[in-house]
Amino acid sequence: MTLDTYYLGIDVGSVSTNLVVIDTNDKIIEKLYLKTSGQPIKVLCEGLKLLGDHLGRNVNICGVGATGSGRQLAAVITGADIIKNEITAHAVAAQRIVPDVRTILEIGGQDSKIIFLKNGIICDFAMNTVCAAGTGSFLDRQAARLGIPIEEFGGYALRSKSPVRIAGRCAVFAESDMIHKQQAGHSLEDIICGLCEGLVRNYLNNLAKGKDISEPVMFQGGVAANVGIVAAFKKALQKDIIIPKYYDVMGAYGAALIAKQKTKEKTQKNSTKFRGFKSAEDNYEAKSIECNGCSNMCEVVEISSNGNAIARWGDRCGKWAFSI
Amino acid sequence: MKVTFPHMGNLYICIKVLMEELGIDYVIPPFTSKRTLEIGTRHVPECACLPLKITTGNLIEAYQVGADTVLMAGGCGPCRFGYYCEMYREILKDLNYNMNVITLEPPNGNMVKLLQRIKNLLGGFNLYKILKAIKNTTQVAIEVDEVECLASKIRPRELEKGDVDKIYKKFQKDVIAAKGIEQIKKLIRDAKNNLLKVKTDEKANPLKIGIVGEIYTTIDYYTNFDIQSKLGAIGVETHRYVTISDWITEHIVKNALRLPRNLSYAHAAKPYLGKMIGGHARETIGNTILYAQQGYDGVIQIYPFTCMPEIVAESILPAVERDFDIPVLTLIIDEMTGEAGYFTRIEAFVDLLHRRKEKGTVDFRYILSGD
Ligand code: SF4
Repeated sequence: MTLDTYYLGIDVGSVSTNLVVIDTNDKIIEKLYLKTSGQPIKVLCEGLKLLGDHLGRNVNICGVGATGSGRQLAAVITGADIIKNEITAHAVAAQRIVPDVRTILEIGGQDSKIIFLKNGIICDFAMNTVCAAGTGSFLDRQAARLGIPIEEFGGYALRSKSPVRIAGRCAVFAESDMIHKQQAGHSLEDIICGLCEGLVRNYLNNLAKGKDISEPVMFQGGVAANVGIVAAFKKALQKDIIIPKYYDVMGAYGAALIAKQKTKEKTQKNSTKFRGFKSAEDNYEAKSIECNGCSNMCEVVEISSNGNAIARWGDRCGKWAFSI
Repeated sequence: MKVTFPHMGNLYICIKVLMEELGIDYVIPPFTSKRTLEIGTRHVPECACLPLKITTGNLIEAYQVGADTVLMAGGCGPCRFGYYCEMYREILKDLNYNMNVITLEPPNGNMVKLLQRIKNLLGGFNLYKILKAIKNTTQVAIEVDEVECLASKIRPRELEKGDVDKIYKKFQKDVIAAKGIEQIKKLIRDAKNNLLKVKTDEKANPLKIGIVGEIYTTIDYYTNFDIQSKLGAIGVETHRYVTISDWITEHIVKNALRLPRNLSYAHAAKPYLGKMIGGHARETIGNTILYAQQGYDGVIQIYPFTCMPEIVAESILPAVERDFDIPVLTLIIDEMTGEAGYFTRIEAFVDLLHRRKEKGTVDFRYILSGD
């Protein structure tokens, strides 16, 4: 019996956990976008189970890649072959879709980044530091506060005739400024449009300061669904913006692509360390230990499955990580 | 009188030698830890720079183990470092800690005043003893920096991951207990020999990254999350021009003796930043250029949030980056810095450098590299 060959990409972020399965032609055949809700392990296992049920148990996963801030966690649970940072993963995915892409704007739930490419390689990148954090979450919150479903939020912005100026530097200021403008009697449309423009202005000021934004420009991450933000980017940059079909799972897609390439490089077939979809059925637990062994007092994360410690990290000296 | 001082990387080794040579009773503050940072953050104004928070924490922890006098180099520079001593004094006073803060200004200020302070500290003035102590301290500083430099060179080449760190960390710990300069020198020699015995991959051709930025955050391994060791572990060789021994010889000794200083960084920086603007901004620019000229693959600039001189340097670096074709990554650290985001950037930067290096030899369509 010959099985179809697939690759799995996992992106565990603080807001969403995404899984993507691709075939040998890099086509996405399954995608899952789940809310992490502060329980990455539980959500990841649910996702794995869903995928396993959907694909049937007999598919042949030949490589697994993990990315996102929870990449180590995901790697331990699934047995990933490669662990990649989200910047590289996002760039790989974008480049697979538009090979000569020069600029990638990425706004997710918590992180925003911008990646510049030249001759097909990343030549520069920036990630938000203290401010402009959590643009995605912030938009969700504002939508909820105004009683508008987030899907319709951007639509309001498009209907605006004369956007008001909202201070977008920091979420706290932006929110109070919005309330102020509401009280001053501006229409919801104008306020929402102003907010989108404020956030985009802030993003560009923070991450792209003094850098050349050349075309093609691609916009990905959950926030790319927001037509208001997209319009604000177009207006600010005066450029065309490409939004890939799977804009919300590009990190996971990138991880799958890297896994595919890496496992193919190894000549051996079936060299994957993937623990199978049934690994989702194990019982996992994460706890943090404060080590008092030395002055570093590291906070060590321990993942155990069915009572046995399977991985630890976070220690500076290796005492915990290597004792497994 | 029990003298103490703030931590900064391996500085405690040098001060230990100095104190012992001068015959001054001292305590080394407990190594910087989360607790140190918490204490410091609680008592230092929020907008102050991170080094002030951590070092204040050091002093308070030292007070708790019996120190009553603080010895601190003063800065006369235009940046906030010049106020550090005054800040310590006020904060400790507010806490009702009875600690005396002695400022040792570099001797280009008022020589008489400085000598008076030293005299008070030593309870007398024995020029021979002082000169010998300074000589020995300088010597030890140089040798300790050599050990550190050696470790950064061997780490990316070691066959058994972690070998170098084991030797290096043990050395840093053992020094605390050592008595007298001879024992310390022996520990240094042993560490060097052991490092040279580490089995390495002869064929390794690691990436090379230069570390630039504000002196405290680049030198203090607690503060920068041990970046040189972390980079070494993923196969990157690192180098840093700004070191403790360099600071002692260039800024203190040579300055005092009016000897010509090594200013190659200043010459290099000249077209971009012709003046000393405080902190290590000129070193940051100049050294970045020197690294580029020596064929380094990339440069990482590290500085504490709100550090004025480094903000200026950061805004100049894109021009250097362009003119010398060398990628620069800037990392800004404060007490809120999350390790995850910090390492994501470092990893992505290393990916970028790998790919740049491979380009031309391999024709991958993808942007990835390494593992
Ligand atoms: S160099 Fe920067 S961090 Fe150091 S004291 Fe000056 S402003 Fe603060």
